[in-house]
Amino acid sequence: MGLASRHAVAVFLMLTSPALLAQSRYNLQPPATGIAAQIYDMHTLMLLICLFIFVIVFGVMFWAVIHHRKSKGAVAAHFHENTAVEIAWTVIPILILLGMAWPATRTVLEMKDTRDPDITIKATGYQWKWGYDYLQGEGQGIRFVSNLSTPREQVEGKAAKGEHYLVEVDNPVVVPAGKKIRVLTTAADVIHSWWLPAFGVKQDAIPGFIRDAWFRADQEGVYRGNCAELCGKDHGFMPIEVHVVSQEAYTKWVADRQAAMAAAASAGAREWAFAELVEHGAKVFAANCVACHQADGKGLPPAFPPLDGSKVVLGDAAGQIEVVLKGRPGTPMAAFGALLSDADIAAVITYTRNTWSNKTGEAIQPSQIAAARGK
Amino acid sequence: MAAVMSDHAHGDHHGPTGLMRWITTTNHKDIGTMYLVFSFIMFLSGGVMALTIRAELFQPGLQVVQPEFFNQLTTMHGLVMVFGAIMPAFVGFANWQIPLMIGACDMAFARMNNWSFWLLPPAATLLIGSFFVPGGATAAGWTLYAPLSVQMGMGMDMAIFAIHIMGVSSIMGAINIVVTILNMRAPGMTMMKMPLFCWTWLITAYLLIAVMPVLAGAVTMVLTDRHFGTSFFSAAGGGDPVMYQHIFWFFGHPEVYIMILPAFGIISQIIPTFARKPLFGYASMVYATASIAILSFSVWAHHMFTTGMPAVGQLFFMYATMLIAVPTGVKVFNWVATMWRGSMTFETPMLFAVGFIFVFTMGGFTGLICAIAPIDIQVQDTYYVVAHFHYVLVAGSLFALFAGAYYWLPKWTGHMPDERIGKLHFWCSIVFFNITFFPMHFLGLAGMPRRIPDYALQFADFNMLASIGAFGFGLSQLIFLAAVVKCVRGGEKAAARAWEGAEGLEWTVPSPAPHHTFEEAPVVK
Repeated sequence: MGLASRHAVAVFLMLTSPALLAQSRYNLQPPATGIAAQIYDMHTLMLLICLFIFVIVFGVMFWAVIHHRKSKGAVAAHFHENTAVEIAWTVIPILILLGMAWPATRTVLEMKDTRDPDITIKATGYQWKWGYDYLQGEGQGIRFVSNLSTPREQVEGKAAKGEHYLVEVDNPVVVPAGKKIRVLTTAADVIHSWWLPAFGVKQDAIPGFIRDAWFRADQEGVYRGNCAELCGKDHGFMPIEVHVVSQEAYTKWVADRQAAMAAAASAGAREWAFAELVEHGAKVFAANCVACHQADGKGLPPAFPPLDGSKVVLGDAAGQIEVVLKGRPGTPMAAFGALLSDADIAAVITYTRNTWSNKTGEAIQPSQIAAARGK
Repeated sequence: MAAVMSDHAHGDHHGPTGLMRWITTTNHKDIGTMYLVFSFIMFLSGGVMALTIRAELFQPGLQVVQPEFFNQLTTMHGLVMVFGAIMPAFVGFANWQIPLMIGACDMAFARMNNWSFWLLPPAATLLIGSFFVPGGATAAGWTLYAPLSVQMGMGMDMAIFAIHIMGVSSIMGAINIVVTILNMRAPGMTMMKMPLFCWTWLITAYLLIAVMPVLAGAVTMVLTDRHFGTSFFSAAGGGDPVMYQHIFWFFGHPEVYIMILPAFGIISQIIPTFARKPLFGYASMVYATASIAILSFSVWAHHMFTTGMPAVGQLFFMYATMLIAVPTGVKVFNWVATMWRGSMTFETPMLFAVGFIFVFTMGGFTGLICAIAPIDIQVQDTYYVVAHFHYVLVAGSLFALFAGAYYWLPKWTGHMPDERIGKLHFWCSIVFFNITFFPMHFLGLAGMPRRIPDYALQFADFNMLASIGAFGFGLSQLIFLAAVVKCVRGGEKAAARAWEGAEGLEWTVPSPAPHHTFEEAPVVK
C-alpha cells in the first residue's frame, strides 16, 4: 500500500506542479531535440484540454449521480431531445479539434523534412542487434554492429543489475552536437523500429525498404532507446544508445574508428593460428550467436537449431561458410557476411567446429572467407 | 423457418435432452447461452495468460517464463480475448436479446445459427492446442505482422486456420443478425423505434461482413508466403511487408468498433432503465453509431504512423481519426443528459454502466491523444497504447458485457442477481482495473516498449504495481462466476419486468423467458 500511496502523492504533485513535470517519471522523457520539445508541449496541451473537458463532463455526471437519485426523492423529467444543445455539442468539439490539429500539422511537416543533413547514418535492424553505416558527412565509411552489453547473468538474476540494465550497448552511435543527423532505417530479416524517445524519433526499419527520420541534438550526453517493433524472441534485448559529443570529441572518435577498421582489415589478410582463431571465435560467438544457438551449442529447437553435433557444422567447411555468409532466408539466421569481418567469421566458424562435442580440428582462415565472398 | 418452428410448436422444449439438446439446438436462447458460456471459458483462459505475463513482469529480469514463451503468451492473450472472449460474448447477447427485443420468434436462420456457434469450439481447440505443438504457439503478436509471422512454426498455421474458422462463424452470425433485424421486427416496430442495442448490432453486423473477409485474405497471404513460395510480404520477391499492415488494419480498425458498438448499445438500454427516463437523443445516437462505423474505414493507418508514410498520408489519417471523437463525444453527452434530472437507482447493472462511461471516456481521451501523429510516434508500441486499448476494451467492452449480464440475468434465469455479490464484483473490478492499467500510461510515456519480457530498472515500481492490480482484477472475475452461478440456482424471483424502469418487448414476456417466445408477433404502437 505504501507503494500505491507514494504514487498517488507523486501523481498529485505532477498535476499541481509544472516544475516537477520536466524530470518526472510520469511523463515523456525530457526532450533533447526541437521536435521532441514540440511533441512534449503538444502532449501537455492535449492533456490539459482533455482534463478540462473531463472535469466538465464528469462534474455534470457526478452532480446528477449525487442529486438526481430516487432515494433523494428525485422525480424523473421527461425531456429526451434538444436540438440546440445537440448541435452545440457536435460543433464545439469540432472547433476544439481544429485547434489541436493546427500545431500537430506543423510538427508532422517538420518531422518529415529530412533535407540537407550534415551526417547520414544507416541503421539496419537484425534479430537482435543494430548495424550502423555512416554513409555521408564526417565519419563516412565507418560501420559497426551494436549489441546489448548487459551480461546474461544480470538478466537471469545471478548478478546484481547495473544502472543501465538492458539499455546499454557495446558500440554506441556517436554524433556531434548541433548537427542535423539523418537516420536511414532498414532491416535484414523482420520489421524492427529505431526509437530514441528523447529525440522524438521512432522509425520502423522495414526489410527491403529504406525509410528516414532526422534529429538535431544540442545537448551533449548519452541517450537511450529500444527497438519498438516486436521482432521475435529477443525483441526486448536490442537497445539503442546514442552519444552526443562535442565536435572535437567526434573528430577524435572518427579517427579512432577508422584506425580500428584499418587494423581489422589487415587482420583479415594474414594467416591466423588455430588457438588464436578459437579464442577470438568464442568472443564473436558470445556477441552474435549465443542468443539463438545458446552457450552450450544446443540451440532452442525447432526454431533455433543446435550447432553441437550439427550436420552443417561437422560437414564440409564451404557449406557452413555459405550459411554464415548468406544466412537462411525466412528464418532468424542472418546473413553475417554483411555484419562481420572475414577474420570474425573465420574465427567463429573455427570455434563452432572445435567446441562442445565438435572436434574437427580444422582451422578456417580469413582468406577462405574472402574467397567464398568472391563467389 | 416454418419447418423449424413446426417441430416444436408449443410450450416448452420437446427435442432431444442432455448433450444432444445442446448440439442439435436451433433455439436462439440455447445458442445464446452457449455463446456466453464459451466466451467466459475463453475469457478465463486468456486471463490466465495475462496473469502469467504480469507475473513475469512483476520485477526486472527473467523469472517465470523465457522470452520465446512470453511472446507466445502476449500473442495468444490478444487472439483469445478478441476472437474468443469479447466477440462471441456480444454474439451471445445478440442471440438472446435481439429476437426478444424486436418481438421475433427466433433468429432468421436457426440452423445456421447452430452451425455458427459449433464452429467456435474446434477453432478454439486449434488455437489453444497450438501451445502444445513443436515450436509452440505463434509469437508474432496478435497482429501477426509479416515477415515475423512467416518465421513462426506450425503453431502459426493452426492460428491461421482458427482465424479462418472463427471468421466464417462471425460472418454467418452477422448475416443472421442483419436478416433477423431487417425482416422479423414485430408489426409497428419501425427502424427508428427499434431498441438501440439492435441498432448498434445491425451496424456492427455490417462491419463484420465487410472486414472479416479482409482478415481472412491477410492471413491466407501469410499462409501462402509461408508454404507455397509466394512473396506478398517479402521485398525480395517483389512484395511489401507494410502491405500486410495496411490489409490487417483495414480489418483491424473496424474490428475495434465491432467490439465497442454493441457495448454502446447495452449501455444505452441500461442508463434509461435506471434513470427512469427515456434515452436522450435517440436519433443522434443512431446517427453517431453509423458515423463511427463509416469513419472506421478511413482511419486504419493511424496504427502505422511509424512505418514512414508520406506527410500527406499522416495528416489525412490524423484528421480522420480525430473526427471520430465527435460522434463518440455525442454518445457520452447523450448518456450524461439521460442521467440528468432522472430518478436514479444504482443496482449492479447501473453501477457497471456508469463505471463504463467514466473509465471508457478516459480511454477515449487517450485515443484522441494517440490520434495526434507526432505524439503517437512517441507512444506507438509502448505501454501507453497498452493502457489505452485496455481502457476501451476492458473498461469499455468488458464492463458493458458485465452490465448487460447483470441486467438481463433475471430474464435469462428467472432470478434477480444477488446485489451484494454484484456490487462487490463491480467495486473490485473498477479499483483493480485502474491499479493495473493506469500506471501503464506513465510507463509508456517514460519509454517502456510493449511486448517485452524484461525491462530497464526505471520501470520497476510501476510494473510491480500493475502486476498486483492484475492479480486482483483476475481474481475479482471469480466473483462474477459466483454471482452467475448463484443467480442460476436460485434467488429472489424475477417479475416479467424485472427492473422498475425497464422498457421494451423483452420485459413483456415472463422471467425466465419461456423456451419459445413471440410465436405470435406482438404489435408495437
